Amino acid sequence: MTKTVFIGALAVAGLTAGIASAQTLNDVQERGTLRCGSNEGLAGFAAPDANGNWEGFDVALCRAIAAAVLGDGQAVEFVPLTSQTRFTALAAGEVDVLVRNSTWTFTRDTDLALDFPAINYYDGQGFMVPRALGVSSATELDGATVCIQTGTTTELNLADYFRANGLNYEPVPVATNAEGQQQYLAGACDVYTTDISGLAATRATFEAPGDHVILPEVVSKEPLGPAVRHGDNDWGDIVRWTTHALIAAEEYGVTQANVAELAAAPTDNPEVNRLLGTEGELGAMIGLSADWAVQAISVGGNYGEIFEANIGESTAVGLARGLNAQWTEGGLMYGGPFR
Amino acid sequence: MADISDQPRETFRISMLLYDARYRSMTIQVVAAMLIMLFLAQLVDNTVTNLAALGKDISFSFLGSTAGYDINQQLIPFTSQDTHARAALVGILNTLLVAVLGCILATIIGVFAGVLRLSSNWLVARVMTVYVECMRNTPLLIWILIVFAVMTEATPQPRDFQEGGTASMILWDSVAISNRGVFMPLPIWGEGSGIVVAIFILSIIGIFVLRYVARKRQEDTGQQLPVLPLSLALFILPVTLAFFALGRPISLDYPVLGGFNFQGGLQVRNSFIALWLALSLYTSAFIAEIVRSGILAVSKGQTEAAFALGMQPNRTMQLIILPQALRVIIPPLISQFLNLTKNSSLALAVGYMDARSTLGGITVNQTGRELEGILLLGIFYLITSLIISSAMNFYNSGVKLKER
Repeated sequence: MTKTVFIGALAVAGLTAGIASAQTLNDVQERGTLRCGSNEGLAGFAAPDANGNWEGFDVALCRAIAAAVLGDGQAVEFVPLTSQTRFTALAAGEVDVLVRNSTWTFTRDTDLALDFPAINYYDGQGFMVPRALGVSSATELDGATVCIQTGTTTELNLADYFRANGLNYEPVPVATNAEGQQQYLAGACDVYTTDISGLAATRATFEAPGDHVILPEVVSKEPLGPAVRHGDNDWGDIVRWTTHALIAAEEYGVTQANVAELAAAPTDNPEVNRLLGTEGELGAMIGLSADWAVQAISVGGNYGEIFEANIGESTAVGLARGLNAQWTEGGLMYGGPFR
Repeated sequence: MADISDQPRETFRISMLLYDARYRSMTIQVVAAMLIMLFLAQLVDNTVTNLAALGKDISFSFLGSTAGYDINQQLIPFTSQDTHARAALVGILNTLLVAVLGCILATIIGVFAGVLRLSSNWLVARVMTVYVECMRNTPLLIWILIVFAVMTEATPQPRDFQEGGTASMILWDSVAISNRGVFMPLPIWGEGSGIVVAIFILSIIGIFVLRYVARKRQEDTGQQLPVLPLSLALFILPVTLAFFALGRPISLDYPVLGGFNFQGGLQVRNSFIALWLALSLYTSAFIAEIVRSGILAVSKGQTEAAFALGMQPNRTMQLIILPQALRVIIPPLISQFLNLTKNSSLALAVGYMDARSTLGGITVNQTGRELEGILLLGIFYLITSLIISSAMNFYNSGVKLKER
């Protein structure tokens, strides 16, 4: 008995010691796969397709990171996490990176000991109501029943918004987007609130999307991006610059189709050369191979291609670029300088 | 005496700790205790070290900061500007509410199911067997989700209660069963209502006094009083008289459809109904088995002796069997009550805001204080369980066989 207790203590010590050492890059390379915390199912952002392959806007970023680190965009193990469990799972080392429509906030960045190295989608919270209700503004929602995912920033924004406007409401807490969708469609709540991108993605899966409207009010700022554990700055750098590589690739016209060609020999644009590793040693500086960005872009294309393929206006989700356009086109997407 | 002092004096050697039966058990206990303490110290040290490595400290100051979220079912007033501690209290009260009501309903259903399973009526006994086996052998979570799905999918929306809608209120337009819960009239306690309540309590006490007097009279003279009609009269008449004499101080607030939802009245939310019914039905199946085993544990001779004395079956059950069966029933019943209380933490599945959902859910998630939040939650469940357990043990000491 006492022996097993001792061995148990050793095992616990060993497990937690693994978390304490902050070498995520080494762990990922040794394991050969990237563990990516993802949404448990949000069309367009992260959802398994009919064959069980994960796809979506957030999934594409996970695959790009895996390609940059391991040279294989398929070497990703997706761990579906609810809004309540996501940060605990990340802090406990169950996932290497969390790409799950998570909002970068002061508290999460500091007190929760997380880092949000980059933003891949600028969002805001909105409200969706059935068209039949005849509501045209969120200020008309006094007394409404609102479905809300617990453990999210939207939960707090909702309380703030209704209090600031002197409106009453009844919150109906739901654990997952699927549950919220089911409750909303059953009429158990009048309003469904989450980030507008999430509302659009959810509405796209309805039988009659046209019967539901997203109200014009945007009640919060929701910068969404990948999150990593605080303290492992090398790993944070990799996630940050992989995201920036995708954004910069769009700006410089590097696409999935021409990336191999552009990477074959130095081009006239030194920035593109440094990005693609034909000039300088940027890859080595973050502990990766010289062609890390080439690998990342080859998986799903640049930021713009990933956006259009998963959530763009040609898809069922149908989101306009809006704030997420390149800075050269009036948006906020601004890839850092590669030098 | 001399031969005793002649014995060689026994000296203590280290090896005796292991080979001498007098010391061996002590040695083993000391070693085991040291190992356990080492293990615990290692556990605590590990936690502190790793939290420090993650850049986190242990602090309970989050309890005093603003919660920032709203809770739908509140037994005490709560707004998003209140503290996390108060949010936890709201959750704790919700847990206690569903646990207490669940224990009561589970006991009632369980006793009926257990007694009926022993019925000589073949159909009744078999139906109860099927009920017990179906409930016992499926996970509780499934029952919670089934009841919740029925409540949300099969009932009409509040909108359908409009003029010309497809649904209508029942019980003289006072109760609405909707997919957001059951809306029912809420009593409004006006001036003078305290007197009516006091009279009602007094008449309840009166009923017990009456029962005592009747029993005493029967023991002394053998004459029976008509207890049931007298009790009913005591129950209804004084309160009714007082109610009208004081000018109807208690009125009912009926739910009325307005805006998005029903306004006024009392809303019993679907999440509560689903959790309460599922917990009660599930636990009642176990209680039924406990009751059945308790009854079967009473020797058949007791029943036969009662029948031989000319007692009727229901009086035999009430006066002979159940009091003896209780001695067998109470101890396992305690653990069923504890199970029900702890199982209420499955509330999260239907969004019922219990302690697990507020303190152990939203608060933990918004503040990032997993360790502290879950620790507090564990302490709460531990204390609640110990209180239930000691209360039931107190009751058990009252009914158990007095051995002298």
